[in-house]
Order: sequence, then C-alpha cells, then structure tokens
Amino acid sequence: MREKELEKLKDYKYGFSTDIENFKAPKGLNEDVIKFISNVKKEPKWLLDWRLKAYNRVKVLKEPNWQKPKYPKINYQDLYYYSAPKSFKEKPKSLDELDPKLIETYNKLGIPLNEQKRLNGIAVDAVFDSVSVATTFKDTLTEKGIIFCSISEAIQKHPDLVKKYLGSVIPITDHYFATLNSAVFTDGSFVYIPPGVRCPMELSTYFRINASDTGQFERTLIIADKGSYVSYLEGCTAPMRDENQLHAANVELIALDDAEIKYSTVQNWYPGDKDGKGGIYNFVTKRGLCKGKNSKISWTQVETGSAITWKYPSCILQGDNSVGEFYSIAITNNHQKADTGTKMIHLGKNTKSKIISKGISAGFSDMTYRGLVDISPKSSNSSNYTQCDSLLMGNKCGAHTIPYIKNKNANSNIAHEATTSKISDEQLHYCQQRGLNSEEAVSLIVNGFCKEVLQQLPMEFAVEAQKLVGISLEGSVG
Amino acid sequence: MQNFKTDFEKTLKESNLSEKEIAFKNINAKEFSKQGFPNRKDEDWKFSDINQIIKKEIGELKFYTGQSKETEIDKDVLLSEIKHNKLIFVNGQLARTDFSSEEKNKIQFLDNINDIEEQSVENSLINLNNALANKSYKLLVKKNYQIKNPLIIYHVSNNKVTSQNINLKINFELEENSSLKLIDLVKDKGNKNFINIFYNFSLEKNSVLKNYKIDQFENYNIRYMFNNIKQSSNSVSETFYLSKGSTFSKNEITCDLKGEYSSAFVNGIFSLNKDKHHEIKAKINHLVENTKSYQLVKSVLENKSRSVYQGKIYVDSKAQKTDGYQLSKAILVDETTEFNAKPELEIYADDVKCSHGSASGSLDENSIFYLMSRGLSYKEARELLINGFLVEVINQITDEPIKKLIKNLYGLKNEY
Repeated sequence: MREKELEKLKDYKYGFSTDIENFKAPKGLNEDVIKFISNVKKEPKWLLDWRLKAYNRVKVLKEPNWQKPKYPKINYQDLYYYSAPKSFKEKPKSLDELDPKLIETYNKLGIPLNEQKRLNGIAVDAVFDSVSVATTFKDTLTEKGIIFCSISEAIQKHPDLVKKYLGSVIPITDHYFATLNSAVFTDGSFVYIPPGVRCPMELSTYFRINASDTGQFERTLIIADKGSYVSYLEGCTAPMRDENQLHAANVELIALDDAEIKYSTVQNWYPGDKDGKGGIYNFVTKRGLCKGKNSKISWTQVETGSAITWKYPSCILQGDNSVGEFYSIAITNNHQKADTGTKMIHLGKNTKSKIISKGISAGFSDMTYRGLVDISPKSSNSSNYTQCDSLLMGNKCGAHTIPYIKNKNANSNIAHEATTSKISDEQLHYCQQRGLNSEEAVSLIVNGFCKEVLQQLPMEFAVEAQKLVGISLEGSVG
Repeated sequence: MQNFKTDFEKTLKESNLSEKEIAFKNINAKEFSKQGFPNRKDEDWKFSDINQIIKKEIGELKFYTGQSKETEIDKDVLLSEIKHNKLIFVNGQLARTDFSSEEKNKIQFLDNINDIEEQSVENSLINLNNALANKSYKLLVKKNYQIKNPLIIYHVSNNKVTSQNINLKINFELEENSSLKLIDLVKDKGNKNFINIFYNFSLEKNSVLKNYKIDQFENYNIRYMFNNIKQSSNSVSETFYLSKGSTFSKNEITCDLKGEYSSAFVNGIFSLNKDKHHEIKAKINHLVENTKSYQLVKSVLENKSRSVYQGKIYVDSKAQKTDGYQLSKAILVDETTEFNAKPELEIYADDVKCSHGSASGSLDENSIFYLMSRGLSYKEARELLINGFLVEVINQITDEPIKKLIKNLYGLKNEY
C-alpha cells in the first residue's frame, strides 16, 4: 500500500496537459512575428520600435556558452513565440466568460481563480502560455492605489509607468536571452505600489506552459515607490513532454527610497523523466535595482524543477544604505542540471548584502553555485556575507562552487564560506532508529539543511516548498 | 607576432636539434602564433590580462636570445646565510652548477635531454616556453636519497637585457623515498623582461618536495611561473610563494594527486605596493581516495596594487575521503587597492570534506586603537598587525632553517 502511494508521488503531479484550442503566431523568429505579437496586443508604436531594436541586437548577439550544463543547440526558428487559448482573441471581461477548461486547469494545480474559494488572501495573476488569463482581488488592491495586472494591460492603461521603467534594469543591450525576451515577450505581471503603501496581501503570479513547441517569454516588472512594501510570489509548472521547452523570462524589480521588495519563487517546471528526456530549459534573467536610499530587495528561490536551470537573480545596490539578500535552495535529481547563484553589485555607500545558498544534488545531476560579489571603489563601508553549502548524495552527481569576489574598496568587508558534505550515516541511523524510513529520514535531514532559506518564505509557500523538497529527492537514497 | 616568427626561425637555425625536437618546437610555435598571449577573454586570465600588461609595460618583445657570453655572476647575488647547493641561471642561460655538499651520483643534473612529452597543453605560454627554451634540463634525485642542504636556483638577469623574453624549463624527478628542498630566488638587475619558467615535477612513492619561491627584491619584470606536479602514493609537496618584487607576477600550480595518501600544501603571501599586480592560481586535482590538500593565501595591499587568487579543488568521483581546504584573506590598506578571488570547488564524490573561505577588508580599527593605547605609534601598530597577519603563512613552512631564512629576507624579526 505504502509503496503504491510513493509510486504515485514520484510522478510529476502537474504533468497533465490541457486540451485547448490555441491561437498561435506562425512558427519562427522574424520581424513579422514581432509585429504580429505587437499587433495582437494592440501595443503603442514606441514599444514595437523598442522590440525591433532588441531584435536587431539579437541578430548579432551570440548565445553565451560559459555555463557548466551544456545543452543541444536550440532552433529558434522552430518555436512558436505566441500561443494563446483561442477564446482569448477577445479578452474575456470577467471570470464568468473565461473558458471553463482554463478554470479547471488552475483548480487542478491548486490555484483557484475564484476569489470566494480562496481561503488565504493572495492575489493571483495567472499566466497561461503567452497570456495572462486572470488577475484576482483587483478591487481590494485598487482601493489602496496598488496596480496589479498583466503587463499587456499595464501597457494600455499605465503607459507612462511602463515606458519609464521597462528595460531600466535589464536593458535591450543585455545578454542573448534577455534581449530575445525584450524582442518577443508576450505577457507577465506588472506591479506598482504607490508611495507609503504597505501591500496588504501577497501578490502572486502562476506560470503555466501548456502548448508544445512553445517558448515562454514573460516579463515581470515590479516598482515599489518611496516607502512602500510588497511581497511577491511566483510559481510555475508545465506538462510532461518529451521535447525540451524554453522558458526565458525577464524580471525587473525597482525599489525607490525606503522601499522593500521581497520576491519568492518556487520553481517546479517539469524536470524531464528519469533518463533526462524532456523538461524545461529555464534561462531566466532576474535583476533588482535598489535605486533609492535605504531600499531593500530580497530574493528567495526554491528550485526543484527544470531540466536545466540557469539563472542569477541579482541586486544592484545603487542607493546608499541599500540592502540586497539572496536565499536559495536548489535541488537537482536524476539528470537535472543547475547553474545558479546571484550577483551583488555594490555601488552606493554603506550597502549590505547577504547570500545563503544551499545546493543538493542526487542521482546523475550536476549543480553549480556561481556568484559574483563586486564592491566598487566608491561604495565605502559596505559588506557582504556569503555562505554556500552543498550536499551530495551518491558519487554519480556533482556539486560545484564558483564564486567571484572583487573587493575594490578598503573600507568594505567581504566574507565567504563554502562547504561540501554528505548526509552522515550517524544522522540517518538516528532517524531510522526512531521509526522513520530512509526516505523520510533524508527528507527530514534535508529540510533541516535548508531551514535557513525555508524560513524566508511566506507561510503557505514554506509548507509547499517543504513537501516539494521531500518529493524531489524521492528515490535518491537506496 | 611577426617578431615572434622571425625570432623563432632564427633561434631554430642556430640550435643543434634532432628532427623530433624540431617538429616538437614547430608544433608549439604554431600553437603560440595562433593563440598569442592570453587575454582577459580567457577565463584563467580574467583578472590579469597579460597581453595588455606586456603591451603596456614592455611594448615590443624580443624573442631571440642568442648565445650571449655575458654570464658573469655578481658577488652580491649569492646568499651566505645558509649552506646550499647552487644552480645559477643568468638571463636564462645556465652559468654555474654546484652540488659539492651532496653525495656523488645521488643527484644528477642533466642538460640537453631529449625528453619530449607529447601531451598537448591548453596554455599558450607553455607553448611559447616549449618552442623557445633552448635546452631542456632535468634534475634527478636518486632512490632513498634525502638532500642534505637546500638547492637554491638563482634566477638572475643583468642590466644588459631588456624587452627580452626569457624561457626556462626544468623537469624534476624524485625517485622513491627521496626528498628535495628547492628555493627559487629571483635576483634581477635587468628590467622590463618577460620571464617564463616552467617546472615539471614527478614525485614517486614516499618522496617529499619542498619548493619555496621567493620574489622579494624590487624589479620591473613580468613573470610567469608554472609548476606542474604529479604525485604518487604517500608523496608530499609543499609549495610556498613570497610574491612581492616584480611588477607583474603570476604563479600557477597544478597538483595531480594520483596516489593514495598523497598530499599537497600551497601557501602564499602577497605583499604589494606601487601598482604591482600579482596572482596565484592553484589547481589541486584529487584523483584517488584518501588524499589531502591545503591552501592558504594572504595579501597585504597598498598603493594601487592588486592581488588575485584563483584556487580550485577538483574531486574526482573515485576520490572518496578527500580532505580539501582553501583559505584566502586580504587586507586592503588604502583606497586604491583591489583584491579579486575565485575560490572554486568542483566535486563529484560524496564522502568528502571540502571547504573554502575568503575574507577581505581593511585593517581592524579596534586593534589599532588597542595597540596605540598601549603606547605604540600608529605606524608601529599597523606594522605589528600586518606582520602578525602574514607570519601565519610563513609559519606553515616545515623546514626550520628555511623558515628562518625567509623571515630574515622578508625583514621579520625572529620573535614572530
């Protein structure tokens, strides 16, 4: 009985796909497709020009190749850059008009879009393939002056804000994937918190890739105005498919004076099967700018999915006294690969940053922490503390640590620590002696190992993440 | 690179080499012309763009040395504090050998050996060395022989050479149960040269190598030293760097721990000022079970200087029970200095104990205040703290007379 239950859990439970008629742009990457996307979304001319400018740069840029996990060449002409449920040709005005199949999909994922059904007060923006399907709790937020909507809607309704901040942290002159995103991004979330407002609930986006042969390129833009606070969550899943799918999102955060942004991710894209077939390539660019004085940006991520995870949520600490934090758990099993970490770029005076990274690799997987701490000559009295620990299970997997440390300021301190170890037999023995089976014991020990990071997550997420940590490692200890 | 081609052909014409050797040199020369000097686009040279540095400090480099007769040795070059064996290289040419204090035939120094390793290297500076080093030397320590006095290799250049590329290559072989104490002492009077030294060490069972590289005296040369060490079971290698005098210096070391219970120790001091830019790059490959490595590098940086430490511990999936440790610390004395570090771990085995740490910052104000409140001047307090910081590395040296010698050379009193 017990074994059967375990067998069920082992499967990726979000691996179903929704049978829904899609409305797609023609395959391939060219100017017409970009014009098509811009046209469907009824975008103003400046944005189309911006996209085309980015596209012209994509043409001359080369994909970076310094990362540890190598992947087969992606044929960018064989992808759909826009895919939306057919019923979305005209955007439904309310939930009642929404295709019931979509509502059902999100219910299955545990994200009810119907506000009454929700027990916890989390406002959700649900993104399905290339479009945002629904945003909940809009009224409550509008009362406070908070703007939380899809980026397409923001382009229509708040063009000034979008124009001012879009691309200000990740410019179109950035690396290949970020620039590609700028050219073809389809949807994503937009958040604006007005001065002095503390956002009363967690904001959340749920990303779902459904269609096959589709790349998902969403763009998230969060602006916290002076003295405001927001906590933002991001979750993601995809169906089980044999081919690899590309997910290249851009996330830009801007914190003005005294503002604080907390960004949490639980990433559970389909990781591929036991032999490493299929799965998502998660090549995401996330960057936060602490623009104002005393601002703070904090990234928390739990990375359990994706065939290849390749991302570095970063903080640019421009304002004096600003703070950047990065908490990460990355788990790789079977043939998964991850090359993740952060960049802390200290520009302002008295800036502080903290990096806690926990990597766990099992099976045949490969896990790399790669990070940069750069304290510039003008950034006096700054400090950084970095701790990255790795846990290895078995000798078929790898754990690597590649920190880059640059200190150009004599009044600043950088401390870095890293360890690599395994779960000791004593620990396992102790737990098993008290009646836990080996898998439960491993799950318990790993959760303990990750505790510092799990604590940073909002309550509901923390519970989910804890379960996820256990499930991801199932079958890794024999 | 035009310079290199003509100079290489000239060198080749004058030398008396076998066909095999010529072929070997040609391959390496071709590879070097293709790659050129490494620049910041190479990950290994990310923090020290030697291509730019040579351009800026030297300009046009001459690769042709010729057989100069100018190998006179100034008296003030030799060390008198310690009894030792000598190998003296003047401008890259062997000027004197002296093993008189050792037993006969236990240590052999051979030149012109036709020992060509066919292995290809991905390092254009080694290619350059292979192509131009006019002789390939070999030092052999016979089975069961422990060297009595240290061997000092003097690297001397006189003021007649400038803008010159000097290459030197020595292979060392330590047979079973043997030991070698080796000091590399840099004494330059020539300026603005690019000196490229390549050592290959092969350590058989139970052998012990202690290598101390001392670049203490002020000079304006660009220096690259590469130690390639292969270790069999139970062997020990200890490498120490005192990195201070040259304008630019990069010391690279690769240790392959191929036998069980072998261990490698790499320790280094950077004590830099006046625009100097030094780097240590260490790579320790743990390839079998039960091996150990330890790295400790400390920097004190003043006046626009910068130091770089790139350390890597690689643990193969077979190498269970590995013990690897890395620590790098830096004191940035003033605003104009820079410390860069890249301490890497690459691990494929699960039952290992590997860790690294890196810390950098300013001198501790509280400690200075404490010392000053006890009557020291600011200068004295600062000196005491810096010396105390650095002496920890010198104290790792396991050979007492050499430890004393190095403290002396560095100008530390014995009470530290």
